[in-house]
Amino acid sequence: MARILEKRLLRQPDVFYFKVAAPLISKKAKAGQFVIVRLHEKGERIPLSLADIDPGAGTISLIVMAVGKTTNEMVLLKQGDDILDLCGPLGQPTHIESAGRVVLVGGGFGVAPLYPIARAFKAASNEVTVIMGARSKDLLIYEQEMQGVADTVIVTTDDGSKGAKGLVTDALTKDLGCRLPGLVICVGPAIMMKFVAEATKPFGVKTVVSLNPIMVDGTGMCGGCRVNVGGRSMFACVDGPEFDGHLVDWSVLMNRQKSYTAEEKESFEAWKKRHELMLGSAAPVCELKS
Amino acid sequence: MTDTAADQKRSAKKIVPRKTPIPEQDPKTRSRNFKEVSLGYSPELAMQEAERCLECSKPTCVSGCPVSVPIPRFIKLVKEGKFKEALDTIKEANLLPAVCGRVCPQEKQCEQRCIVGKKFDPVGIGRLERFAADWVMQHDLVDAPPVAPSTGKRVAIVGSGPAGLACAYELAKLGHGVTILEAFHEPGGVLLYGIPEFRLPKKIVSREIDLLKQMGVEISLNIVVGKLITVDEILEQYDACFVATGAGTPKFMGIEGEELNGVYSANEFLTRMNIMRAYLPEFDTPIRKGERVAVVGGGNVAMDSVRTALRLGASEGIIIYRRTEEDMPARREEVHHAKEEGVRFEVLAEPVRILGENGAVTEVECLHMELGEPDKSGRRSPRPIKGSEFRIPIDTVIMAIGTNANPLVPQSTKDLALHKWGYIVADERTGQTSRDRLFAGGDIVTGSATVISAMGAGRRAAQAMHEYLVGAPSK
Ligand SMILES: Cc1cc2nc3c(=O)[nH]c(=O)nc-3n(C[C@H](O)[C@H](O)[C@H](O)COP(=O)(O)OP(=O)(O)OC[C@H]3O[C@@H](n4cnc5c(N)ncnc54)[C@H](O)[C@@H]3O)c2cc1C
Ligand SMILES: Cc1cc2nc3c(=O)[nH]c(=O)nc-3n(C[C@H](O)[C@H](O)[C@H](O)COP(=O)(O)OP(=O)(O)OC[C@H]3O[C@@H](n4cnc5c(N)ncnc54)[C@H](O)[C@@H]3O)c2cc1C
Ligand code: SF4
Ligand code: FES
Repeated sequence: MARILEKRLLRQPDVFYFKVAAPLISKKAKAGQFVIVRLHEKGERIPLSLADIDPGAGTISLIVMAVGKTTNEMVLLKQGDDILDLCGPLGQPTHIESAGRVVLVGGGFGVAPLYPIARAFKAASNEVTVIMGARSKDLLIYEQEMQGVADTVIVTTDDGSKGAKGLVTDALTKDLGCRLPGLVICVGPAIMMKFVAEATKPFGVKTVVSLNPIMVDGTGMCGGCRVNVGGRSMFACVDGPEFDGHLVDWSVLMNRQKSYTAEEKESFEAWKKRHELMLGSAAPVCELKS
Repeated sequence: MTDTAADQKRSAKKIVPRKTPIPEQDPKTRSRNFKEVSLGYSPELAMQEAERCLECSKPTCVSGCPVSVPIPRFIKLVKEGKFKEALDTIKEANLLPAVCGRVCPQEKQCEQRCIVGKKFDPVGIGRLERFAADWVMQHDLVDAPPVAPSTGKRVAIVGSGPAGLACAYELAKLGHGVTILEAFHEPGGVLLYGIPEFRLPKKIVSREIDLLKQMGVEISLNIVVGKLITVDEILEQYDACFVATGAGTPKFMGIEGEELNGVYSANEFLTRMNIMRAYLPEFDTPIRKGERVAVVGGGNVAMDSVRTALRLGASEGIIIYRRTEEDMPARREEVHHAKEEGVRFEVLAEPVRILGENGAVTEVECLHMELGEPDKSGRRSPRPIKGSEFRIPIDTVIMAIGTNANPLVPQSTKDLALHKWGYIVADERTGQTSRDRLFAGGDIVTGSATVISAMGAGRRAAQAMHEYLVGAPSK
């Protein structure tokens, strides 16, 4: 059981910040790792990245984007509620090295897990450039936090409502053209990581991505999270989640993420019906529109 | 006349040749539900079967039992209708009789050596063991054993499968403070997430675990050792540690198409079904409800997977195995049950690639095999017949071809000696590893084996740990 110490809306209407009491995990966790939560006795296990780690306070932070049943259930939890099962830290931490300059590229909730990564690279005396993008300015998260830790923060929006108009890949290509960094790390939706890896390839810059396949145990026991990297099958939960973006077979990842689309939809629809019955049709429910 | 000869002479006279049949759910009905297949003996049937035992004075059955259950002694008590006493007798050697009576490969162990089996069916030792345990449970006569006064020593056990549970039981009984650290959100190991409900009802496992809690054993869940805490840190906090993390990580074949949707490892398929209960609509974890399901392998894991798929609604379940049916490592009973339930056996066949459309499996292509020269294990090794490709249309493939050692604990522990394949080196008698105060047992030492061997290893290690603990200064 882990107590939710703080919860707030980070981005209308679907992204929430949670600070959770996790004294043991906070002492062990490192940037780039994740946890698995299960919310109730009938719940599934879902992975969530560490968006912050505070060993002093004994807390970790999680950012949740409501896209389906479990994430919607999670964002309905309140401060003071408990998360039934919290398991971690899982996965390999980000390899923090002295790379000179590091460019961190984030999209969607992926910006949040980049925050502890940015801090760690900064602490290892790197120059840190953050490129973060969203469709429009209201959808940006963690900008303040990033401003506080990075040397440079480049914001892009599809509609030009803030920062440069365009995609993160445009800004990235421009940045790489000016001055090559020692390392690029990208966390975000698979499609974005794929394009970022394609963008860095011609420059020959090492590019690390954080893969998000469907997981169950998170300990290497089931193989459900297998991804194809450099022609080899790897288990993202123990071998990753970070891999060399130039070696990832993106079509395998994106296809496997869709394994249960029908089942997930059915379960979500049923939940929404029950939820509406309970709370009326004004009940806030968020969905991934794609 | 020698003992055995005398026994045989007696047996020839009055033995009922066949095992007393055990009531079972009808194959058609049961292949569509998750209730236990075998319903167990009534007291009358159990006593009738017990009559078949000759109570040999030099019982050969006992030598076939990995933990030497005093078989004739308990069977005699069943004969006399003293079921509680029978169970107590079994428990001298076997802590999980309700489990082992159901899942032990008796035909390769006790029953294989039973003297009656030389001429007729062997005595149904497993069925009787199960009966005694069930009867005592049904009559609420299970009692937690007396626990010795606290020794002030603290022991950590990593993993809550049969090896960990047995070790915890023994050490708690001897008065040591025991904490089990388990990665999952429920304890039980393979008993919970591997072996399905229709073969081992989960309430049996949870009763055993409740018993441990009554004895004061603490169970800490959601703790992945090697990640949240290392074995080295455990050894700083506890007087000794027993590692029983099981065999762990699933093997795939490395063939084309294994990344397609609809290809599972048996571990994933069974975990989703068993511990996550994906087959119950009110549980959230999704599972693919395959219409035509192929399972690759011939062990218990393969049988469990294919029969689970049937219960989930598959119209066809197919076992693909590269040797012959006789070579299958599964318990005979499971093979028999699978056949009764309509599972198709495609033997002497091996998948060479998996084909798909739109990212999902549609067919598996196999080669026919023939048997060549015997290999090291004495089994004739299968080799592919060139040009014999054939395809089976399916929508789900489950790989049940074994596991490798999970590296989480071995790799995060300093100076721990490992075998070539990553399993932990431990003394067979004591479980002692290359590290002081660190013991190990079960599948993480032997590779995939059996419930009873894991349990035996847990018990032996507990004894060795006890001897160490009583002689050592407290932490
Ligand atoms: C390593 C890792 C880190 C992640 N970090 C975060 C994070 O910090 N914040 C966040 O909001 N989300 C994160 N995710 C994604 C999150 O786990 C999924 O959004 C969540 O599981 C969706 O569950 P659902 O029931 O709400 O939606 P569903 O409708 O069930 O699923 C929506 C989509 O999410 C993915 N998904 C579903 N189940 C799982 C599962 N068990 N494991 C992984 N993906 C799944 C699938 O691709 C699916 O199509 C992470 C995923 C991984 C693998
Ligand atoms: C589907 C299936 C069917 C089987 N059928 C039979 C049968 O009919 N008869 C038979 O005798 N045997 C059978 N077996 C084999 C038998 O179940 C195993 O040999 C036995 O369970 C091994 O026991 P164990 O205690 O070593 O490990 P396990 O039962 O595997 O338990 C290990 C435990 O450790 C936990 N763990 C792992 N890593 C960590 C970590 N890093 N930190 C904390 N905890 C950890 C796991 O979550 C698990 O709970 C079957 C196995 C399977 C998979
Ligand atoms: S079970 Fe078989 S071998 Fe064992 S004592 Fe009875 S008759 Fe003899
Ligand atoms: S989630 Fe099961 S092996 Fe990675």
